[in-house]
Amino acid sequence: MSPASSAPAPVSAPGRVSIVRSVLTNPLGLIAAILLLLVIVATVFAPLIAPFAAGDLQIFKINAPPGDGYLLGGDGSGRDIFSRLVYGAQNTLIGALIALSVAAIIGVTAGLFAGYFGGRREVVMSWIADGLMALPALIVLLAFYQSLGSSIHVSMVIFGVMLSPGFYRLTRNLVNGVKHELYVDAARVSGLSDMRIIARHILLVIRAPVIIQTSIVAGISIVIQAGLEFLGLGDPSIPTWGGMLQDAFANMFVVPTAILWPGLAISVTVASFVLLANAIRDRLQQGNRVAAAPALPAAVPQSVGAAPTDAGVLLDVRDLVVGYPAKSGWTEVVNGVSLQLRRGEVLGLVGESGSGKTQTAFAILGLLSTGGRILSGCIWFDGRDIANLPESEMQKLRGKRIAYVPQEPMSNLDPAFRIGYQLTEPMVTVLGISRAEAKARALKLLARVGMPDPNRTFNSYPHQVSGGMAQRVLIARAISCSPDLLIADEPTTALDVTVQAEVLELMRDLQAEMNMSVVLVTHNFGVVADLCHRVSVMKDGRVVETSAVKTLFADPQHDYTKMLLAAVLDDVTPRVYKPLQAKEVSA
Amino acid sequence: MSDVIVECIDVNTHFGVHHVLKNINLTVRPGETVGLVGESGSGKTTLGRAILGIGPVSSGRILFEGQDIAGIAPRDRKGNAASIQAVFQDPYTSLNPSMTIEDILVEPIAARGQASKVDATAQVRKLLDQVALPSDAAYRYPREFSGGQRQRVAIARALALSPHLIVCDEPVSALDLSTQARVLELFVEIQERTGVAYLFVSHDLSVVRHISHRVAVMRGGEIVEFGECDQVTANPQHDYTKRLLLAAPVADPVRQADRRAALRALAVGA
Amino acid sequence: MLSYVSKRLLSSLVLLALVTTLTFAMVFGGADNVAQNILGENATDQQIADLETRLGIDRPLYEQYGTWVAKAVRGDLGVSWTMGESVSKILSGRLPVTLSMVVLAICIIGIVSALLGIAAAVRGGWADRVIQLISVVGFSLPNFWLGLILVVVFALNLRWLPATGYTDFLNSPTGWLASLALPVGALVLSGIASASQQVRGAMIDALRQDYVRTLRAGGIKPSSVLFRHALRNAMPAALTVLSLQFIGLLGGAAIIERVFAIPGLGSITVQAALSGDIPVLMGVVVTMIILVVIVNIAIDLANAWVNPKVRL
Repeated sequence: MSPASSAPAPVSAPGRVSIVRSVLTNPLGLIAAILLLLVIVATVFAPLIAPFAAGDLQIFKINAPPGDGYLLGGDGSGRDIFSRLVYGAQNTLIGALIALSVAAIIGVTAGLFAGYFGGRREVVMSWIADGLMALPALIVLLAFYQSLGSSIHVSMVIFGVMLSPGFYRLTRNLVNGVKHELYVDAARVSGLSDMRIIARHILLVIRAPVIIQTSIVAGISIVIQAGLEFLGLGDPSIPTWGGMLQDAFANMFVVPTAILWPGLAISVTVASFVLLANAIRDRLQQGNRVAAAPALPAAVPQSVGAAPTDAGVLLDVRDLVVGYPAKSGWTEVVNGVSLQLRRGEVLGLVGESGSGKTQTAFAILGLLSTGGRILSGCIWFDGRDIANLPESEMQKLRGKRIAYVPQEPMSNLDPAFRIGYQLTEPMVTVLGISRAEAKARALKLLARVGMPDPNRTFNSYPHQVSGGMAQRVLIARAISCSPDLLIADEPTTALDVTVQAEVLELMRDLQAEMNMSVVLVTHNFGVVADLCHRVSVMKDGRVVETSAVKTLFADPQHDYTKMLLAAVLDDVTPRVYKPLQAKEVSA
Repeated sequence: MSDVIVECIDVNTHFGVHHVLKNINLTVRPGETVGLVGESGSGKTTLGRAILGIGPVSSGRILFEGQDIAGIAPRDRKGNAASIQAVFQDPYTSLNPSMTIEDILVEPIAARGQASKVDATAQVRKLLDQVALPSDAAYRYPREFSGGQRQRVAIARALALSPHLIVCDEPVSALDLSTQARVLELFVEIQERTGVAYLFVSHDLSVVRHISHRVAVMRGGEIVEFGECDQVTANPQHDYTKRLLLAAPVADPVRQADRRAALRALAVGA
Repeated sequence: MLSYVSKRLLSSLVLLALVTTLTFAMVFGGADNVAQNILGENATDQQIADLETRLGIDRPLYEQYGTWVAKAVRGDLGVSWTMGESVSKILSGRLPVTLSMVVLAICIIGIVSALLGIAAAVRGGWADRVIQLISVVGFSLPNFWLGLILVVVFALNLRWLPATGYTDFLNSPTGWLASLALPVGALVLSGIASASQQVRGAMIDALRQDYVRTLRAGGIKPSSVLFRHALRNAMPAALTVLSLQFIGLLGGAAIIERVFAIPGLGSITVQAALSGDIPVLMGVVVTMIILVVIVNIAIDLANAWVNPKVRL
């Protein structure tokens, strides 16, 4: 078995995420965890920590400054602010816990069922969720205040219900994303019941995001609860942070500093929850992060040698090295590639995944993915080295002199614009012609690439045409400004075989008609045989062999080429069926 | 021993107003590979899923060793029908990224309550051996393996219940050329050793021709041609099969030029 | 398109009916001693009974509801129990105050979040760090506390802006702005915190799409790729966030108006909740839901304009 391909494939799916470890290894997460622990300790051991009982008041300490036994001073009734903060933590956390539990239990359960079973159940549940989300929660709580009474706990239950759509939507979307995964199909085929599939496969995936959401919702609950108490809707006999703020507000013109402490307590607690959530999220997203660009190699890449003297050579790539930043230094995905392309020639760039063929093509276009750089080598295009051309210069070449046909037709058209707009846009930008003229040309082009009704296609949105048609549109757009060089990256791979044959036919005709040079990136030797004049075979970022197409198939030189050609399944003798003996099957 | 392991009789499936399977009749014999080839939207995957019990059947019967399994979910199937397994296209998404290879391979055994934990571990080693993976692979995660290796894990999972039939849905189309050839060899080797039958769904006629004894060609929810592999792929009767056959470019510039001309002639003639 | 709008309207009407019914049942069904509360401790049983008859709350709940609905659809939301004025009149005087504050806030949130989010998505660096900081700070500071601090700093200490009160825009635009500066400042921070992150995420998503590379390969100017194509595709996500922000701001207004003594819908809601003035509460709930429905439909229409796939 061959080792994994050498390309730096992004980690597609995170493995088991250790929630505890992700919090503790993140400095901010650690601080947040410690702060929350302190609040919880204060909650549990309040009578031991607070020097006074919550209700103890001393008349001469009304609005007193800090000191003399009152660590943070006295409030408007002469009670110790510090003690009340400690006792307030208890009530605040209990309220948040109530809202949180209600929201999470309702939301996650409903989300699991709606997501997994779908259908009418999902429609109804989603409608309810949308409805709940459309209500301003605080207004509803105010409206219900008279019937709920001053117990903040009942209000927090209602608030929990109003927060449940957040959990519902999150869970449902996650489940919808997972339930069509092939591993869920495989589990069903294996005979697992729905309940066991949810327990084994689905809960595992939604666990971390739900914990993040929980942390955020805990923060929201604390803020809203404090808000209600601040408005005077709480029980005045119970010390709470919101109630303390109300008291401080009433005395704001006497002691403005008193508003500081309860607010700080709320903010720090909520911030801890947010930082905790961020720490877990960072861990989840670690795979997607691009490493910071390491220092470039000492020597600044510059043109080596002179421009090719043969005017028939359009493109001359020499010792091209392309790298992406990695943990230490650069990962080189193209490792000294040299190619030559004459005018009017079709060059196949063939190789397996991770061979660097697509990265070579993107380097020629000057469109490497984020972080990617040409580390050395040069790309002579029509007498000019474009390897280190500034982006503004490159932009003038693209579309006009170098064009590109991508692999996946649908995702390469902007879904928000009509095909006509997307077809005329480059002509207007690059050639500077009027919209009307561009439209006339576009209609001709659409007819040329085989659209049965150019007008209709011109006015369609991308989702209204088939994949084969979309690919023809992309080809029309690529050739619309008569480029000298066309870079086609697996232009037929995403198409059905019969459509592929038609698109290959179209590309061959256009190439001959316009005498374009083409770099055709592909993994398919059949496509190479069909369209190319010469072929370069790539492996691990290097070109191992370049020959004329007939020579390559008739007389491959490199072992790797021979191995690849041997793996082609074109000429095999069909297998012969031998009826089995009964005992063979049962064995 | 019956001479047919699966028989689809007038199977129809509708998705809303779309008639996606139209009167499908198909048989697979024990130890045989039937290739199911077609383009996107032809219904080939839908038929595979109907046989697996994870896709709908509107009417018709699917007989497995004589027992009608149409519309019955895998967990409700009895006897050998319960052991029908699948290998899917994308080896990156057909294995749960957060489970170890051992967890993945034990899952089907545990689901059927067939083995105690100790037996299962021994079984995992045996399965890994069958697909030529080292036994220490059991404790690793799917992301640590290449595409071809993951597909071997998926095959090992399919073998866990010693099935008489495996439905393979494009099992090699996400793999590189050289890997593809080796995985196909593994399929053939396993079939010859265990006598399992394959329903092999693919869009790639050359792959289907390589592995199949008989080939069914699907288009628009119908089987347009069904017959011996060499018959269908060398001397097709139906126009669509002919076009499909000529449309796939072959790795030989000289012959490809001829085929191109032939395809053009066929298009003009049509 | 038309059927889409009518479907949305119908769904919104059902929502309105459900919520008012539920609210009605909750506030009337749960309200004991309404008359006692209004009249005070010393009221006689006879006085209480008289008042209950006058308010109509001695009748069965469904009868009261029927009367309320019959009047409400004609725009008559009843008479306030504590202020003696018609609810419609009270609300129509207060709605413009809250609306002007919320609209100002949503504009600021929209503009600042768009600028920050786009900058962070395109350049990363400082804008990214600002967004990260705001997301934690904005989320953690309760808006009413922030409001109090702003009052202490800018009104009490620096004396730059009034601490409380509201000046009508038509009387004095600058006075209007000065009276709203602090409350809006307190309201927008948390909105910017969440909206800018969403804009950033949506933009990063849009810029990652395949067609962005293809557009660049076609020679399209970077500014056009960014503002015409990527921004348009990021728009639906951003608009959805703004509609949720609007709902949040309506609730937030209740507290902020209290802090700054602004005579808007929010402060009347608090007042009505504390005094048990049920007709006013019902009126507020109806008004708020209609506002939310209007905003949601507007956002949906904007989305349909941006995204051809939802046009039906």
